[in-house]
Amino acid sequence: MLYLLALVIGGLFAVALYLMLRRNIVQLVFGLLILGPATNLLIFTVGGLVRASPPIVPNGATAPPPGVADPLPQALVLTAIVIGFALTAFAAVLVKRVYKVTGTDDSDELRSTDT
Amino acid sequence: MIPSLILRTSARSLLVLLLLFSVFELLRGHNDPGGGFIGGLLAAAAFSLYALAYGVDPARAVLRLHPLTVAGAGLLVAAAAGAAALVRGESFLTGLWYPDPLPGIGKVSSVLVFDVGVYLVVLGTTLLIVFTLGGEEE
Amino acid sequence: MGYDPTPMIDPMILAVLLPFAVVPLAPALARALGRWTGWVVAVVPAGIFLSIWRWLPIAPGQVHTTVYSWVPDLGVQLAFLADGLSITFVLLITGIGALVCIYAGGYLGSDPRLGRFYAYLLAFMGAMLGVVLSDNVITLFVFWELTSVTSYLLIGFDHHTENARSSALKALVVTAAGGLALLVGFILMMIAGGQLGLDGAEAGRLSALANVDLRGHGYYPAIFALVLLGCLTKSAQWPFHFWLPAAMAGPTPVSSYLHSATMVKAGIYLLARLHPMLGETWLWNDFVTFFGLITMLLGAIGTVGQKDLKRILAYSTLAVLGTLVMLIGIGTEVAIKTAVVYLFAHALYKASLFMVAGNVDHETGTRDVNVLGGLRRLMPFTAAAGTLAALSKAGAPPMFGFIGKELLYTTQISIENVGAWLILAALVANVALVASALMVSVKPFLGRLQETPKKPHEAPLSMLVGPVLLAGLGLLRGLQPEPFENNVGSAAASAILGDTVTMKLKLWHGVDPSALAVMGLSFLTLAAGYWLFTLIRARVSPIGGAMRRAAEFGPARWYELALAGLYRGAERVTRVIQDGYLRHYLFTILVVALVVAVWPLVQAMPLELGVDTVGWRAHEIVVAFLVLAGAILAAVLRSRLASVAALGAMGAAIVVLFMLFSAPDLAMTQMVVETLTVILLVLVFYHLPPVVRRSGAASRSRDLLVAIGFGALMSVLVLAVAAVHPAKDVSEYFLAESYPSAHGQNVVNVILVDFRAMDTLGEIAVLAVAGLGVFALVRLRARREEEGS
Repeated sequence: MLYLLALVIGGLFAVALYLMLRRNIVQLVFGLLILGPATNLLIFTVGGLVRASPPIVPNGATAPPPGVADPLPQALVLTAIVIGFALTAFAAVLVKRVYKVTGTDDSDELRSTDT
Repeated sequence: MIPSLILRTSARSLLVLLLLFSVFELLRGHNDPGGGFIGGLLAAAAFSLYALAYGVDPARAVLRLHPLTVAGAGLLVAAAAGAAALVRGESFLTGLWYPDPLPGIGKVSSVLVFDVGVYLVVLGTTLLIVFTLGGEEE
Repeated sequence: MGYDPTPMIDPMILAVLLPFAVVPLAPALARALGRWTGWVVAVVPAGIFLSIWRWLPIAPGQVHTTVYSWVPDLGVQLAFLADGLSITFVLLITGIGALVCIYAGGYLGSDPRLGRFYAYLLAFMGAMLGVVLSDNVITLFVFWELTSVTSYLLIGFDHHTENARSSALKALVVTAAGGLALLVGFILMMIAGGQLGLDGAEAGRLSALANVDLRGHGYYPAIFALVLLGCLTKSAQWPFHFWLPAAMAGPTPVSSYLHSATMVKAGIYLLARLHPMLGETWLWNDFVTFFGLITMLLGAIGTVGQKDLKRILAYSTLAVLGTLVMLIGIGTEVAIKTAVVYLFAHALYKASLFMVAGNVDHETGTRDVNVLGGLRRLMPFTAAAGTLAALSKAGAPPMFGFIGKELLYTTQISIENVGAWLILAALVANVALVASALMVSVKPFLGRLQETPKKPHEAPLSMLVGPVLLAGLGLLRGLQPEPFENNVGSAAASAILGDTVTMKLKLWHGVDPSALAVMGLSFLTLAAGYWLFTLIRARVSPIGGAMRRAAEFGPARWYELALAGLYRGAERVTRVIQDGYLRHYLFTILVVALVVAVWPLVQAMPLELGVDTVGWRAHEIVVAFLVLAGAILAAVLRSRLASVAALGAMGAAIVVLFMLFSAPDLAMTQMVVETLTVILLVLVFYHLPPVVRRSGAASRSRDLLVAIGFGALMSVLVLAVAAVHPAKDVSEYFLAESYPSAHGQNVVNVILVDFRAMDTLGEIAVLAVAGLGVFALVRLRARREEEGS
C-alpha cells in the first residue's frame, strides 16, 4: 500500500501543479484544491500506515494498546484540513472578485495593477 | 439557483439534528473521535444547508449573531480557558479539571472550554465565508 | 578611596542599560518638561559618568569585569570589561553626552520633535557605551551595528529634506557594510581562539583572546583585513571618509556628539582595543599607518577649501581621525601615549567647536565664514569658548592640544627611515589645522560686524554650558595634565600597548636638543598656519571650487556609481523575473524547487526506500485509485460543476482512506470539509464561464512534463522519508500520558486541546483572520462599488 499511496500522492501533485500552471484562474483554484489533500496525504502516509487501530485509549485502560497509529501526524493533518478549507475559500473568493472586476478569467490579462 | 422541494423540507429538521450532533461530537471529542474542529464544521454545515435551501438571510436570522461575533467570541473563550490556569499559578493553557462529572456533559475542564472556543471559531469563520459568498450571489 | 566595593548595580550594566531604559520615556518627558527636557535627560549620562568616576584613579593594567550568563545552555554570556581605555571612552561619551543633552535643549528649542530626538540620542549613547564596555565580540558587534542604525536616525533627523536622507543613508551603508566585514572578522577570531585552546564562551572574549597568539594563526591576515575594514569605515578613513562630511546634514548637537567623542571614535577604540592582539606586525604597522596618513592629509587639505563652518570642522575631524589611526598604526610606546592625549584633547575641543559653530549658526542664521565677522561683542561667551577650543586645536600653548602636538612631533622624530617624511606630513596637516582653527574661531568673532540673516545676540545658557566647560577643561588640563595621566591616561595607554607604562606629560620639556627641535616645529606650525589663514581668508572660494571639482572623481563618486549600478541591476533582474505572468512565476518556482530538491536525492543515491508494512488489500487499492481518478477527472472535464463533483469524489475517497488507516477524526473532518467545499464552490463558480483551452500544445506538454517530474519527485520523497524512522519519543509520550495526565482517551484531540493547545490557539486565530479576509474582500469592495455607482 505504501508504494501505491506514494504513486497516488505523486499523481495528485502532478495534476495540481499542471492545473496551477494554466492561464485560467478557476483551474488555478482547482489546482489548490488538490494540492491541499495531496500534502495532507503525504504527511499522513509518511507518518506510518496502521490498519484499524486508532490512537484511542480503550475504556478501563490507561494507555492505548501497543501498535496504534501515531497520533501526532493526525493532529497536524486535522488542523491542516480546516486551515486548508479557509485558504481555499479565500482563493475562490479572490478569483471570483477578479473575474467580476476585470471581466476575464485569463491570468495573462491580469498583468496590470489598475482595474 | 432554485433549491429542490426535498432539500427545503429536510433542511429545517436537518438543521436541528446536525446542530445537536455537532454538540454531541464536541462533548465526546476528548474520549472518542470528535472535538471542536469537527463539531464546529458540522454546525457550519448545518447552517450552510439551511442557507442553500432558504437563502442566506433566513439562515442569518436563525443564527441571530453575526458570524464574526461568533468567531471573535470563540477566540476569547479559548484564550480565557488558557488564562484560567494563570490565576491558579500554573503556566498558560495548563488543563484544570473539575473533580466531579456533570450529568449529560461529563467531566468539565478548562480543556473542554478551550475546545468550545475552537468550535465557535470554526463555526463563525466558516459561516462568515459561506454567508458572505451566498449574500454576494443574491 | 572609601567607596563601597560592591555597589548594588554594577556600574557597567547600569551604563549599558539605563540609556535604553529611558528611551521609551523620552517623548513623554519632552511633552511634560518642554524646554527643560535637556537638563533632566542629562541626568542619565551624568549619573553614569559619576558611577564610573568612582572607579578612578584606575591603575595601569587594572580591569573591572562583569559576566552574566545569558543563554547558559548555549554557553552564551554577556561579558563586560572596563580598563583604562574603556573608562576613558565612557567618561567622554557620558560627559560630553550630558553637555550635548543640555545643549540640544537650547538648540532645538520648542521643536515638536524634541522627544524623538532625545530617544534617538539616548539609544545611540547606550549603543556606544555597549561598544566600549563589551568584552564579548558578538555583543560588541551588536552594539557596533546599533550605533550605525541609531546614528542613521540622528543624521537623518531632518528627514523631510532629500539631503538629510541621502546623507544618513550614506553613513548607514558605509558603516553597516564595514560592520558586516567586522562580524566575519570576529567570527574568524573566535574560531582561531578556539583552535588555540580557548573553550566555549572564552573564545569570544576579548580579554581571553588577548592571551593567545592570534598573530601566529593562519587566519591572521584575513582577521586583520576584515577588522580593519570595519574600523576604517566606522572612523571615516580614506577611501570611506566621504560619509563624514555628508553627515553634517544632521543637527549640530548630533555632529558635536558623533564626531567628537563617539561614532567615529568607535573605530579608533576598536583599533586601540585590538592593538595588543593584532598589532605589531608589518601588516598592521604598514597598512594602518598608511590609511591614517592618507586620511590625515586628505582631511587637512580638505579644510582649506571649505567656507561652511561645519564642513571645515568635518574635514579637520577627518585629519585628526587619520592622525589617531596613524599613531595606532605606528604603535610605539610614545605613539600610543600621543594617541591617548590626542584623543582626549580632540574630543574636548571638537565638541566645543561644533557647539560654538552651532551657536553662531543659531544666532546669525548662517554658517558661511565669508559673511561672518565681528561677533565678539555680541556673543562674548561663545567667542571665548571658541577661541580657547581653537587654540587647543591649533596646538598653541598652554592648551592640552599643545601637549598633543608636541608628542606627535616627538613620535615622528623617533621613527627611523621614514621619520622625516612623516614629520613633513604631520607638519602639513597641522599647518592646515591651525589655519582652519583660525577660520572657525577668529574669522567670525574678530573684525567688522557683518550683515547676517538674523540679528545676533548671545546664545542661551543651555547652549553655553557645553562649549565653555569643554574649552575650559582643555585649558585646565594643559596647565595641569597630572590628574589626567594619573587617573586614566597611563591606564589607557597601557591597555592599548598591552604593557604597563606611565605617562608623564608636561608643557615645557627643558632644553635638550630633541625637545628644542620639537618646540621649534610647534612654533613653525603656528606661524605657517597663520600665514595660510591670511591666504585663504582672501580667496576661499576658488580653492573651495577646485576642491569640490577634485572630489567629483573621488570615492564619494564611486559610492554613488555603485549605488546607481545596484539600483539598475535590481531593476533589470526584477523585469526579467517578474514579467507579470502568474504562470511564469509558478513555473520558475517549480523548476528551481525541482532542481534544489533533486540534487540532494541524487547525492544520496542509492536511496533507501521505505518498507511496506501493511501489505495489499483489494478494496484499498480501488479507493486509492479513486482518489487519483477524481483529481484527473477534475482536471480534464470542461464543465466546472462536473469538475467540482469530481473533486468531491476525490475527497470522499480520501475520507475512506483515513477511515481505513486508523484516523477516524481525520475522516470526519475531511467529510464535513468536503461537503462545505462543494457548497462553497457551487456558490462561487456558478456564474463563471466554462473553461476554455488557451495554451498551445507546446506549452501544455512543457507544463505537463514539469508537473509530472514534480509528482515523481514527491512519490520518491514519500518513499525516502518513510524509510527514515524518526524518534517517536514525542508520540510515545502523548500516547502514554494522554489518559493519566490529560484525562482524555482520544489522543489526537488531547494533543490539539491540551498538549499543543498553544499551537491550536494560533491556528484558530489564523482561521479567523482568513475568514475576515474573505469578508473584507467581498464586503468592502461591494460597499465601494455601491458608493461609486
